[in-house]
Amino acid sequence: MIVLEKRPQPSRAWSMSTPLVAVLATMFFGGLLFAALGKNPVEAIETIFWEPLFGEFAFYYRPQLLVKGAPLVLIAIGLSLGFRAGIWNIGAEGQYIMGAICGAGAGLAFYPVEGWFIFPIMVIAGALGGWAWAMIPALLKVRFGTNEILVSLMLVYVAEQLLASVSLGLLKNPEGFGFPGSRNLQSYASAHNAELFEGTGMHWGVVGALIAVIFAYVLLNRHMLGFHIRLTGEAPRAAKFAGVNPARLILFCLGLSGALAGLAGLFEVSGPSGVVSIDFNVGYGFTAIIVAFLGRLHPVGILLAGGLMALTYIGGEIAQSQLGLPAAAIQVFQGMLLFFLLALDLLTNYRIRAARKEVA
Amino acid sequence: MTTPLLSLQGLTKAYPGVVANDNVSFDIGEGEVHALLGENGAGKSTLVKMIYGLVKPDSGTMLLRGQPYAPPEPRAARADGIAMVFQHFSLFDALNVAENIALGMENPPPMGDLASRIREVSETYGLPLDPYRTVGDLSAGERQRVEIIRCLLQDPKLLIMDEPTSVLTPQEVEILFETLQKLRAEGTSILYISHKLEEIRTLCDHATILRLGKNVGECTPRETSARDMAELMVGTALQTPQRAGRDFGEVALDISGLSVPSPTEFGTALKNVHLTVRKGEVLGIGGVAGNGQDELLGVLSGEIQTAADAVKMAGQPVGRLGPTARRRLGLLTAPEERLGHAAAPDMSLTENALLTGSVREGLESNGFLKWNDTRSFAERIIKAFDVRTPGPENAARSLSGGNLQKFVIGREVLQNPEVLVVNQPTWGVDAAAAAAIRQAILDLASKGAAVVCISQDLDELMEISDSFAALNEGRLSAPRPTTGLTVEEIGLMMGGAHGMEVAHV
Amino acid sequence: MDLTEINPVLLVASLMVAATPLLLAAIGELVVEKSGVLNLGVEGMMIVGAISGFAVSVETGSPWLGFVAAAVGGALLSLLFVVLTQVALANQVASGLALTLFGLGLSALLGQSYVGIKPPSMAELNIPGISDLPVIGPILFGHDPILYLGIALTAAVWAVLKFTRAGLILRAVGENHDAAHALGYKVVRIRCLAILFGGACAGLGGAYISLIRVPQWTEGMTAGVGWIALALVVFASWKPWRVLLGAYLFGGVTVVQLNLQAAGVAIPVEYLAMSPYLITILVLVILSADKSRAPASLGRIFHASH
Repeated sequence: MIVLEKRPQPSRAWSMSTPLVAVLATMFFGGLLFAALGKNPVEAIETIFWEPLFGEFAFYYRPQLLVKGAPLVLIAIGLSLGFRAGIWNIGAEGQYIMGAICGAGAGLAFYPVEGWFIFPIMVIAGALGGWAWAMIPALLKVRFGTNEILVSLMLVYVAEQLLASVSLGLLKNPEGFGFPGSRNLQSYASAHNAELFEGTGMHWGVVGALIAVIFAYVLLNRHMLGFHIRLTGEAPRAAKFAGVNPARLILFCLGLSGALAGLAGLFEVSGPSGVVSIDFNVGYGFTAIIVAFLGRLHPVGILLAGGLMALTYIGGEIAQSQLGLPAAAIQVFQGMLLFFLLALDLLTNYRIRAARKEVA
Repeated sequence: MTTPLLSLQGLTKAYPGVVANDNVSFDIGEGEVHALLGENGAGKSTLVKMIYGLVKPDSGTMLLRGQPYAPPEPRAARADGIAMVFQHFSLFDALNVAENIALGMENPPPMGDLASRIREVSETYGLPLDPYRTVGDLSAGERQRVEIIRCLLQDPKLLIMDEPTSVLTPQEVEILFETLQKLRAEGTSILYISHKLEEIRTLCDHATILRLGKNVGECTPRETSARDMAELMVGTALQTPQRAGRDFGEVALDISGLSVPSPTEFGTALKNVHLTVRKGEVLGIGGVAGNGQDELLGVLSGEIQTAADAVKMAGQPVGRLGPTARRRLGLLTAPEERLGHAAAPDMSLTENALLTGSVREGLESNGFLKWNDTRSFAERIIKAFDVRTPGPENAARSLSGGNLQKFVIGREVLQNPEVLVVNQPTWGVDAAAAAAIRQAILDLASKGAAVVCISQDLDELMEISDSFAALNEGRLSAPRPTTGLTVEEIGLMMGGAHGMEVAHV
Repeated sequence: MDLTEINPVLLVASLMVAATPLLLAAIGELVVEKSGVLNLGVEGMMIVGAISGFAVSVETGSPWLGFVAAAVGGALLSLLFVVLTQVALANQVASGLALTLFGLGLSALLGQSYVGIKPPSMAELNIPGISDLPVIGPILFGHDPILYLGIALTAAVWAVLKFTRAGLILRAVGENHDAAHALGYKVVRIRCLAILFGGACAGLGGAYISLIRVPQWTEGMTAGVGWIALALVVFASWKPWRVLLGAYLFGGVTVVQLNLQAAGVAIPVEYLAMSPYLITILVLVILSADKSRAPASLGRIFHASH
């Protein structure tokens, strides 16, 4: 018989290695899945994990890693602070959309004026848009005790409808020959979040993600507020005893994660995507949840996890075009990763021990 | 000689790192009240859990009326006529009395019949109880009655009672003892677990004493002095805390006309509470659990805010201040629940030292943390209070109850409070650690701090406090000097028998 | 715009259809939460139920087999939740999210070859004479059997929770798992069964969308119904009949906004389409003041350490 035995304290070794073990387990079972779909599993795994980094066209894919990874990291950093405190913002997708709408809207309001001040205004508007959208569940939770999980999620669907509405109405390109979608910000110099160095994929969103990682690291390890965030997640009553104001913490965590998600949306719409359109969002807000957990809610971990997840996106696309692997298979693959991670987390806090057959 | 009802032979149960029971043997006779005596951590709970089928012994056998007895689960134990009244964790607050009782029975009758049987049994044994009341609304004594009646409905041969009097007033204890004696007269055996020696001397026919998992002796309590039993139980002669004669200074803490609702659903509201504590004074607050102790601590720690001048420190209103601001003024508190309230279980001792120490020990500047200073503060606590741990980087949950309690109390005491409030400072702590904690409290008071000690252990309060008050249903009795108080007077301050006088056994 | 085109009888009849997926998923989740487990994976279990039910009925031609497959599919997915939360003791919120993300991906993968197909239809209840009655006929006696199953399930869950020993034990486990364990009840086993029941119900609810309500398969077609079902359990204060009431209210909102869209009311389509979500939020706000009915152990991890 197998029994679980709680460790006197969390194991650091397992805490560091579970993500790796989870990735390996996912590769194995993902390979089985690909084999079941009639693909060569080794080839598929290689295409996903090797091709973008070291393959023939790596010069093209490597910058893409930054482009895909930046929004994931930016959003996941914000989410992780809340998750640590037991505040579950799962509506980052909605905040991402609202950031994009507000940021792009602010930029397009100036069209066709050119000026250095336009992009900073867009950044602020994007952050504010995401922040405001996240403040809805935050305020409702503080004021009425409403469940933030459900409210933030419902607001994703609302944001999607708003996105549809503005791309068909308010922000529709007047010179777009009736097609839905806004003007392309890539061709509006003052509003374009262009690559900072040609061919590197490095845009302001990447810079923002790195700053967010450093900020979160310092906050969690060196600052009272970060300590209070961790304390609230570990032991809410002890946090209250220590003097934490739960309402302020909720407003801070949700607000910050909303602002970061909004920024991610703005950087995306003004850069790689360029256009506010009905299907502008591709689920970064949800994938970021996986990234946050895969990075064990730790800023450096999230940075690595964001890179890995970006890899599966790009590798998935390559596998899609080269091997005909369905896009949904990659989604399953990512979901699997989260499963293994959560299941293996057990080893951090518990020891698995074979017990003697109990005397019955 | 007749066959004993239950015979334990060489029971052993080991957990990783600790042998909870080591080759324990003894017999419980028919119609006998058998005491199982021992300190916290002596292995009493593990032993009864084996008898009740919750834990399986690693080795050893049990015989019930001469037949091998090895219950795979509590259900089987109940079927064999073993019933147990738990100290904690066995009632469902949101369900009513009858539902709670039905859950502890194998084949409960329909609810209507069950309700009338509950009324019947409760009247026979002098334990009045309404079957349709929600358990969460009952007092601690009434909750115990639910458990006892649940057991009695099954006509048990052996009734196990785990520390039953820790939740009762002295008057309620007397009523309980009458019930138990009636049961004994009817032929029911009782295994009575306690560390309260006088009780055992009054009630029990025979006693087995456990220390560190071993059976270290048996005796007939009526013929053995409490002191001898205590020494068997602890293993060494006990040290009573030393208190110097003290002069009290001006009023340090003043609560007047305080009424607050409880923040939790089945909590107790505080009603018009008044108290003052002077510098150098230890005020003991007694009372049965669940009569507003947690709420009183919350009001003092700042977790529950009140009207500004309902709570005053040295004349200054602090009722609206949060915990951090109060700490700055020197009002420090230590809640009852160690894991999860006073300390975060998964965080290190260093981090737990920061939890309340940041302001007074200067462990932060502009919000940035000084980890080195924090670590040395944690180390100072560990050293000064003899906390047994490899070091401050260990998680709070890795400490034993007594060690963690020393850490929690030490953390506050070392910050030199003006006023210290502690709730159940020695609950579940072994005798040596308890003595150390009491001594620390007394030393603090002799240095001029005002101390409020909330506890359910009356012996402890008599030992350390200068004045005594009791909480009863959220009301606080007027404090009186401890010297000269009788047990009857204390019992009445605690609310007497909580309306049980009407029932006659 | 022409509001007179909206036929009140058809409106009521169709709101019952719109409400049924919600009702099925929510009544399952109610049982899960009563046992003290918070499974946020309802959306994932629904969509997996939707595709497994759809695929099996297309392949076999039998909608009945489809519904059975949907229940099995939902339960199988919930088995993953069992492994995570009851065996590996993982955080329930995170595990529920994982279930939903995984379920959405899995269903998309399974459903690739079923897009654009029409499933076999299920015969509606037709009692000669009664089903033809004006007003009452179409509202009460003109539906498919699964709709009645939903109502019957509500009644059954209510009765079991209120009157039976099994229901009492389930509630006890949800209230205080330590106490239930001390009395010798198998907390983990009971919770596993509750979670599987919840998964089967969610699967049925999902299949109701893909087989009856729409009926066809599109990716992500549950569109948040699973999340609304979760909100509904809170709305209903964990009481079965109030789940029914809530489901019909939300069904009503959905149907009315669809009718208004069809009638060409001057409100933009997007704003009508977001209304069910906004109303869910509104209802959550109104009801969140009353938390007293939530099972006390809800969402807490149970580990028996003697």
